[in-house]
This record gives sequence, C-alpha cells and structure tokens, in this order.
Amino acid sequence: MSFEGLIVILVSAAVVNNFVLIQFLGICPFLGVSKDIKSSAGMGFAVLFVMVLATIVTWPIQIYLLTPNDLGYLQTIVFVLIIAALVQFMEIVLKKYIPALYLSLGVYLPLMTTNCAIFAVALMNVKENYTLVESIFNSLGAGVGFLLAMVLFSGIRKHTENADPPESFKGAPLTLIAAAILSISFFGFSGVIENLFG
Amino acid sequence: MDTIFMAVFSVTAIGVACAVLLCISSKVMYVKADERVTALKSSLPGSNCGACGYPGCAGYAEALVKDPAIKTNLCTPGGASVAGELSRIMGVESGTVLKKLAVVRCLGDSEAQQVKMDYAGIKTCYAATEIFGGQGACTYGCLGYGDCKNVCPSDAICIENNLAKVNANCIGCGICVKVCPNQIITIEENLAVPIVLCQNHEKGGVVRKKCSKGCLACTKCVRECPESAITMEENLAVINPEKCTNCGHCAEICMTKCIGGIA
Repeated sequence: MSFEGLIVILVSAAVVNNFVLIQFLGICPFLGVSKDIKSSAGMGFAVLFVMVLATIVTWPIQIYLLTPNDLGYLQTIVFVLIIAALVQFMEIVLKKYIPALYLSLGVYLPLMTTNCAIFAVALMNVKENYTLVESIFNSLGAGVGFLLAMVLFSGIRKHTENADPPESFKGAPLTLIAAAILSISFFGFSGVIENLFG
Repeated sequence: MDTIFMAVFSVTAIGVACAVLLCISSKVMYVKADERVTALKSSLPGSNCGACGYPGCAGYAEALVKDPAIKTNLCTPGGASVAGELSRIMGVESGTVLKKLAVVRCLGDSEAQQVKMDYAGIKTCYAATEIFGGQGACTYGCLGYGDCKNVCPSDAICIENNLAKVNANCIGCGICVKVCPNQIITIEENLAVPIVLCQNHEKGGVVRKKCSKGCLACTKCVRECPESAITMEENLAVINPEKCTNCGHCAEICMTKCIGGIA
C-alpha cells in the first residue's frame, strides 16, 4: 500500500466519512459532553487513543482467530468483550504510570467502554479488508474526525446556550438542529477525495 | 456440536483471558491511596465550592495530606464541625473558622436606578457590560441578570427588582465575586462593621441623576463619625473596620441610606 493510499484512508475517515457527522456514530458523547471545549477535547482525545488501541488488538484476533476457524459471526460479542476489557486495562495502566493523563481524561475513559464509534471502527476495518497498517490509519482518521466534530460542536453549543430561542426550542431541540446543520456542512467534503487523489 | 463447542470455547477463552489480565494488572499496578485522603474527603461537604482555595474538596483533602502546614480551618461552608473533623484525622489542633459572607455592594434596584436604554441583548451580566454597560444608568452597579446567581453553589443569591441579593444560605465561597463583571460583590469577614453599599466613583451630582441610593460623596458621614473611621476615597465613603465601633450613626445620617450592615 502506497503512502498516498494511507493518506486517502486517513482523510476519508476524518473528514469525508466523518464518523459523527456523516455516519452518525457516537452521537451520545457528541451531544452529552460537548458543553464546553475542555471536556469535549478531553473526550475526543480519549476516543482517538482507544480507537487506535482497539484496532491494534481486534485486528489480529479477527484475522488469526475468528476467520481461520469460521467464527466470523462471533465478531460482535468478541469485540465488545475485548474493547470493554481494554478500556478497563487502560484505566489501570494510566492510573499507575501517567496519573496526570488519567486525571484529565477522568470520567470519559470508562464512558468509552461501550462507545459505538470505537466498535464501528473495529468492524469497518474487517469489512474493508484493510491490512494492519491501513486499519491503524483508518482508526486514527476516525478518531481525529471525532475530535474535530466534538471541538467544532462545543464552539457552536457555546453560542446556542447563550441564545434566547423560543421556549419550545430550548435545550435539546436546538442542540439537535445545530448538530444537523453542522452535519449538512460536512457533506460539502464529499467528492474531495476523488478530486484530490482521483 | 463441534461448531457450538468451538464458539463457546473461544468466547470463554477470550473472556477468561481478559479477566485474568485485568485481575493481575489491578493487583500489580495497584495504586495505594492514602487512607487519610479518603477519610478527609468523606468528612468534607463535597459541594466543591472552592472557598478553601483548592480545586474542589478532593483537591483540599490531597493538599492537606501533602503539606502539613496547610490549615484545617479553610472550609467555610463546613464550619467548626468540619474543621474539628479534619483536625482529628490529621492529628493537629483546629483553629477557629472565620464566618464569611458575600455582600452585594449596590442598592440600585429597578426602583432606585434610572434606565438609560432598553436592553434586549443576551441576558447575562457579562454580555450586558459589553454594550454601553447594560440598561441601567449606573455603569458601576448591579446589572441584575444574575451571573452570580447562576454560579452560586448554595442557592444563596436571588434577583429582586433587577438587584442581586444574598440570603442566609451564603457559604462565603467567593465564586460570585469572580463572575461579577462590575466587581460589586465582595467577601466580608468582619461582619460587625457597616458597609458602604455603593461602588460608583462619579461625583455626587452625576450619581444623584442616575440612582437614588448611591453614595453622593457629601462627606457628611466623614464629618459626623465619632471615631473618625470614615474617609472619602475617589468620591466614595470608606469605613475603616479597625476604628469603627459599630455605633450605627453613619447609617442613620446618610442622605441616601447607602450605608448598611450586613444581612
């Protein structure tokens, strides 16, 4: 796989097929922890980190354990199990060796145990028949895309919170509308890949 | 049969492997938490108000254990009982806890203060100060949109007639002091001394046109104070708490009644 191919995968996962805004994965943390830029960036980096890690662990398991034994249908349950254990393991390791990072990630680390975006990355890597390097780039792109969406949306949220909308639009409705508009704007990126690298 | 066995076996194997990994790692990489920190945390109120000067109750608990020089009486909301509890855990003498209260140094409610424009912008004090200092004529006074009320952890501030008022719930944490864009809230420790409840530094005539309860800098209180405890600084009366005997004379004779006691 050429270097250019890897960049295409990275950009496509981060922007063109943005996990949150185009594929609508990981909407729950996207709406839940985007109230201020600090916590949204924290969550974004934590997801980025776990996505790459989950890919590195789940890819060999799929290729060397599930596929040779015709156990492809166990993918879901095995991946959930592994990602959950992985997040717990990460928490223990970080607490011991990098307490500063552990403190700054805080509650977001355990929140990711069952995040669908991370799960989707692992499944997507298998579905697209990516090699390990391609998978890592794909998950890196997905993580960067998630981080981008979180930070952008927290900026928008800051303004919608200060706005004085009609009573029926206050809170969740306005947030969802803002998310929809942001999502539409990301559709503008479709076709970028074909034109840049086509 | 073989297929089922293989499926069950692999999932179980992965599950057990994960469990063993987690068990071992949690034992090997166990972080020993100081028992005192846990005990201190549980005896602190847990409202994370920051009155002690540390980021939240957990921050104060950790700081106490780390540095024995830090005093155990910094928790104003907890008062003497929490200070006693903390001292017992740390094994030190407990000092007295100073009772502190927030004071809104403005009396310019919607009746007293003139309106200079109809403000229809974002309803926060911070936003209002950005646009010609809000709708009230006085640019020093309370804006009345309740930025302080929104951050108060103990529901101690309410807005009456466009004026922030502190009630008995106040724990003296000082969070409101930081958010007030006009900086009219102060934390007072000496609760026996009267306070000048105006922050307007303009000349008397200007103040009179804007607000009926502002300090006019007429120097009547300065002249009549029996202890000479009041001075005039930048068109505003200032009471020296060390000289003041709390006779109440200044509050009585003040023409605009802008000198008052706390609470």
